[in-house]
Amino acid sequence: MPLRSENDGPQGTLHIEGEFNIYQADQLKPLLLAELSAMENITVDLAQVEEIDTAGIQLLLMLKQEAARQQKAISFINHSKPVLEVFELCNLGGHFGDPMIFTRP
Amino acid sequence: MDLQEARGTLIEEARELLDAMENALLQVESGGDINDAVNAAFRAAHTIKGSAGLFGLDSIVAFTHTSESVLDRVRAGELLIDDHLVTLLLDCRDYIGQLIDAVESGTEDTDPDPTERASLLDQLNNYLGHPHASMGVAATVQADPLERDGDALNVGNHYWHLSLRFTPDVLRNGMDPLSFLRYLGRLGEIVYIYTLTDSVPAAAEMDAEICYLGFEVEFASEADKATIEGVFDFVRDESTIRILPPRSRVEDYIDLIRNLPESPRRLGEILLACGSITQAELDEILALQAGEAAGQPLGTLLVEQRVVHAPVVAAALSTQKQVQEKKGAEQKFIKVEAGKLDQLITLVGELVIAGAATRLLASRSADLAMLETTAHLGTLVESIRDSALDLRMVQIKEIFDRFPRVVRDVSKELGKKIELHVHGGDAELDKSMVDKLTDPLMHVVRNAIDHGIEMPDEREQVDKPAHGSIWLNAYHESGSIVVEIRDDGRGLNRERIRAKAVERGLINADAQLSDEEIWQLIFEPGFSTAEKVTNLSGRGVGMDVVKRNIQELRGDVELSSKQGHGTTLRIRLPLTLAIIDGFQVMVGESVFVIPLELVVECADLGSHDILHDIVNLRGQPLSFIRLRQLFEMPPPPAGTRESLVVVQYGQARAGLVVDKLLGEVQAVIKPLGQLFRHARVIAGSTILGDGRVALILDIAQLIHHTTHDRTTTLPNPGR
Repeated sequence: MPLRSENDGPQGTLHIEGEFNIYQADQLKPLLLAELSAMENITVDLAQVEEIDTAGIQLLLMLKQEAARQQKAISFINHSKPVLEVFELCNLGGHFGDPMIFTRP
Repeated sequence: MDLQEARGTLIEEARELLDAMENALLQVESGGDINDAVNAAFRAAHTIKGSAGLFGLDSIVAFTHTSESVLDRVRAGELLIDDHLVTLLLDCRDYIGQLIDAVESGTEDTDPDPTERASLLDQLNNYLGHPHASMGVAATVQADPLERDGDALNVGNHYWHLSLRFTPDVLRNGMDPLSFLRYLGRLGEIVYIYTLTDSVPAAAEMDAEICYLGFEVEFASEADKATIEGVFDFVRDESTIRILPPRSRVEDYIDLIRNLPESPRRLGEILLACGSITQAELDEILALQAGEAAGQPLGTLLVEQRVVHAPVVAAALSTQKQVQEKKGAEQKFIKVEAGKLDQLITLVGELVIAGAATRLLASRSADLAMLETTAHLGTLVESIRDSALDLRMVQIKEIFDRFPRVVRDVSKELGKKIELHVHGGDAELDKSMVDKLTDPLMHVVRNAIDHGIEMPDEREQVDKPAHGSIWLNAYHESGSIVVEIRDDGRGLNRERIRAKAVERGLINADAQLSDEEIWQLIFEPGFSTAEKVTNLSGRGVGMDVVKRNIQELRGDVELSSKQGHGTTLRIRLPLTLAIIDGFQVMVGESVFVIPLELVVECADLGSHDILHDIVNLRGQPLSFIRLRQLFEMPPPPAGTRESLVVVQYGQARAGLVVDKLLGEVQAVIKPLGQLFRHARVIAGSTILGDGRVALILDIAQLIHHTTHDRTTTLPNPGR
């Protein structure tokens, strides 16, 4: 499974791993939402994301939006290389507002 | 937009453009970058024409068009611009100004000056090479298709602009929009990209396999449109892909905004963020959009014309902006009605008084917590006061900017050669003072040109450069702003002024007068030493009016002159007219307020040597005045320890002797009524926290008083 979560009191961490794209999107959506509702505040660890596409980005956007609706704090951390590349391509860093470490080739 | 309101905007905009045009023309003459200047003048004229066209002001359109055509020929290098042409164009600019004035007063149907118009048009047509062309032809040029394609009609952006809204099924069809973006990167450089996430729905409604994202892309590329379009071949049919080449027409952007799903305002912000359009362009586009959406009763023709108008305005605005931009920092302004600001200042004034009352009560209650709160409140009120007053501050440049033209015109007329040097244009002062300062300054500068600066040959005879110089300078000095007008002309003629004064019966023939007293004579009503009356000055109306105007602003005028070397006139004004930091002192039961910025120090009078109202202050003599004597109050009870407050105004110092020092206060200046208009040493009154009235001392007058009474018997210790 590409999702793994640690629930540590009110602060939960969600790890997204492997491929995060159109092929998993439909299946992942309810899982992500379930994790979100189970946690008070959520940190999404993107270190193990190996591939991400438009569908993946949309799911991240959805998570952020939904967290805001439920008035929970959400942060995305440890952006993997593929995630960074896409964030940079779409200029989305500012939209998410999480600190990111860019490695320039 | 309300049509009447739009007319107001037209007038205001046209005036700004006329100023820009004037500046540009003067720049041509002063040897700046001629191409830039001519371009700027051309654009200004062009924009005025465009705006006037919208309102069907054919008279302005026709006239401006002819002026513009001449400028266009200069721009194209077909015509050489010389002094004569600059003068003509400046006259045209003035005439357009008259036409605009006529629009403002609603009399645009009658020509303000048909003779002038005909003469100007004749001269312009001479430059155009068709001496007696009909004026009517010009009005139709507006719709000329060639003109619509002129460069001024396009936005300044030199990147491609791509708007990508993929079909919702793009992901299901096995394509990732991101791969298109990556591929674009191979054709050129993605300068900026804005990802639109607005349409991502709430989690419950979201279908994870539908594409919700849109992209606005600034793209730098040498590729042609077909190649760029080719990138999107696979998705073109279902998706909305719009590609605008560099420097697209504003119409295309309007069209783009109209055809994308997001609201115009949202799109506008994005385009702005992308740098595709400037703020000015955006404002214009949005205004057009709004006008259309609200179904304004503007005919389609008008809408058409407004589309033509938009880019022209945008282009002109952005150039204006460039001129105004200081060191690349973009300044943003909001226009606020002056009355609203005045109201704010009045309220802040009341707040200051109320705050003082609260503080007084708090200090009586001896409640520490209360004292602390009121002290904090006091600090805040002070900051609010400062910010509120600051809102009314404008740069004196606003006045100074009018002088290059005046100096040019007047010196031309008189056959003199004069250079104007302006310094300190960024010094700020109260807006209300700027308005009242313009006329006096104008008088003084004209006087300097007319009487001060000699004719070129006369100057050469006395080994001066043929070019005379006039310096305009503004700077801050101890709570005042000083405006200095200096010339290197012939200076004031002491003997002639004296003779004239005797002739007019202002002084006795045997009176002994200091230089300063002589100079003061020229501020007497009806005084002029000019041997011939020109149409500029010399009629003896002026200097007295100048002085009166300045005094009304609680300022004063100081003059120094050296025969053969020039004259300097200094106008000293308080920074603000509304609220000041004051220093409270007490004499008997009365409280007086001294502007804090003028207070140098306080000392105990008893511990210093005193002789004839002169005190020995650390070895320096300082003349002082007892406020008790000045206001004819009863003598003090025995044992009163008098204090000395040393004040400075300009270069002069004096001491004021009071019973008690009370400390700082914020004083809201309330004018005194007509009854007190002869009380020269009182500048105004203020209301104290406990409701009592305190008088604000006019230190300039007081110093004058202390020193003037004694000039005949004692040296002036302050100078």
